[in-house]
Amino acid sequence: MGVARGAGRLGAAMFAPALLYMVALVGTPLVLAFLYSVGDVKVGTVGYRFVGLQNFASVLQNPTFRGALVRSFVFTVGAQLIVIVCANILALALVDRFRGRGLVRFFILLPWVAPISLGAIGWKWILDSIYSVINWGLVQLHLVKPFEAPMWLGEPTLAMLSVIMVHAWRMLPFSTVILLAGLTAIPKDIHEAAAVDGAGFWRTHFQITIPMMAPIINVAVLFGVVFTFTDMTVVYILTRGGPYNTTQVLPSLAFFTGILGGDLAEGAAISVFLVPILVVIAWLMLRLAHRAEVV
Amino acid sequence: MSHEAVGRGRFRVRIFRWSALSVFSVLLAFPFVWMAITSFKQTSDLYNVENNPFLFNETPTLEHMKLLFQETLFPRWFLNTAFAGAVVVLITLLLAVPAAYALARLTGRWGERLGIAIFLVYLIPPTLLFIPMSRVVSLLGLQDSLWSIIAVYPTFTVPFSIWLLMGFFKSIPRELEDAAMVDGLTRFGAFLKLVIPISFSGILTVVIFSFTLVTQEFVYALTFISSASNQTIGVGVPIYLVRGDVYYWGSLMGACLIASIPIAVFYNLFLDRFISGFTVGAVK
Repeated sequence: MGVARGAGRLGAAMFAPALLYMVALVGTPLVLAFLYSVGDVKVGTVGYRFVGLQNFASVLQNPTFRGALVRSFVFTVGAQLIVIVCANILALALVDRFRGRGLVRFFILLPWVAPISLGAIGWKWILDSIYSVINWGLVQLHLVKPFEAPMWLGEPTLAMLSVIMVHAWRMLPFSTVILLAGLTAIPKDIHEAAAVDGAGFWRTHFQITIPMMAPIINVAVLFGVVFTFTDMTVVYILTRGGPYNTTQVLPSLAFFTGILGGDLAEGAAISVFLVPILVVIAWLMLRLAHRAEVV
Repeated sequence: MSHEAVGRGRFRVRIFRWSALSVFSVLLAFPFVWMAITSFKQTSDLYNVENNPFLFNETPTLEHMKLLFQETLFPRWFLNTAFAGAVVVLITLLLAVPAAYALARLTGRWGERLGIAIFLVYLIPPTLLFIPMSRVVSLLGLQDSLWSIIAVYPTFTVPFSIWLLMGFFKSIPRELEDAAMVDGLTRFGAFLKLVIPISFSGILTVVIFSFTLVTQEFVYALTFISSASNQTIGVGVPIYLVRGDVYYWGSLMGACLIASIPIAVFYNLFLDRFISGFTVGAVK
């Protein structure tokens, strides 16, 4: 009994520094984010006045915000769809050992392991309005005429498409590696048994492999959604939300409003719109973890 | 199944594997190849739209690299990033290692609940916190200083490190510590002299992981630091190497390449452990 209580006290003492730090630097700003979103705070002003839902009403009337809200979903769903399809293919191709696998893996992982702000600036050069290498290729293949080449980052639909593609490029390695972990965990004899029963590759894949991979695919998608929905780096570097705010997503709009525009309250209100999605994801993750423990 | 059919099947698997791998390797690694080609080309070659951009139409040059190292703040950003990374790693270890051990061993049923709470903290994104965080940073008197990010970055390195290390500590057999305590060590003594040394590889993972996260962060550094000379590589290169609207593409791509590759190599070495932190529970 005494030993257990002693261990409890030691445990509390060892956990306390981390807990204090997180209460101070995660807890405080988290509470402030909600307080700001229902208050009147601007850069350079002191004091705080409660204004209720006024900030939310004001951002909801703003067409730029409504656009960003919708676009955040388009951005997330679009990028994650591409990622999950490609990651399945890539993980299958990488699952068996073969010569050169380490090197291939390194190339494939580059977009995830290198800093994204640097990868994104690389894409900005690839998608440049005049010197784009993609456009050079398209002109050489006679798919477009010179001087009529697409303005990847200058035309609203293409800019949105570019932003989605670059983010998918960034997230694909992450999902691939997670799926790979799931794929390696499936016992080999299951596939052999299926082959003996005469099931072909596709049937085995869709009726055995994918159902067995379901929990791990869920993990990849849930993290993918969090990292995509809350990201502003790709948008900020490629387009700054432009042209004319047509690639603005919630996090980037919060940055422009709250930090560059100095309207902390409205910026915070925009950020708070991320919360419902995060709560749903967290709930799904906990359910998934719980189920894995029960089974 | 006949041998012939099996052979044909294997052949098809090979074709599938190598076509998928070559297409995706090219798509995924291309920007980095492009950085390499761009950073050694002469400016006149880069900006001549008649030239084949894949070839060196004029002799390769080191002029962009010279500009980068001699006339920009790039070396300074490199040092800033290394320094911030080292201090953040130190803070992360001091906070996360004892906390993870406490959760894995000492706090019982509460350990599990707190573990889940810690994991949820990791899901709170910088883009939700950065606006109030900028006020917190100025209250601490750290605005526009490298110390602002040093103070804030552990908010994401600590939760994930605790989560990773917790799994690691749980896999150590309890009997080892019990034996050490029978031999006269206190619980804390056993933690210092026994658990930490045998957890070396887990702790190393946390070191590498925290350091690479520091090099990859963008939002907080962009928000808190306004002087170019106090920046990190991740923000300095894409934001401050551009003057006005003029992009010095040669030096810019050189900087991206030089900064990306070492980070990528390190991260790659420890990636499997890092991923295991995400897949806990879903893979057995």
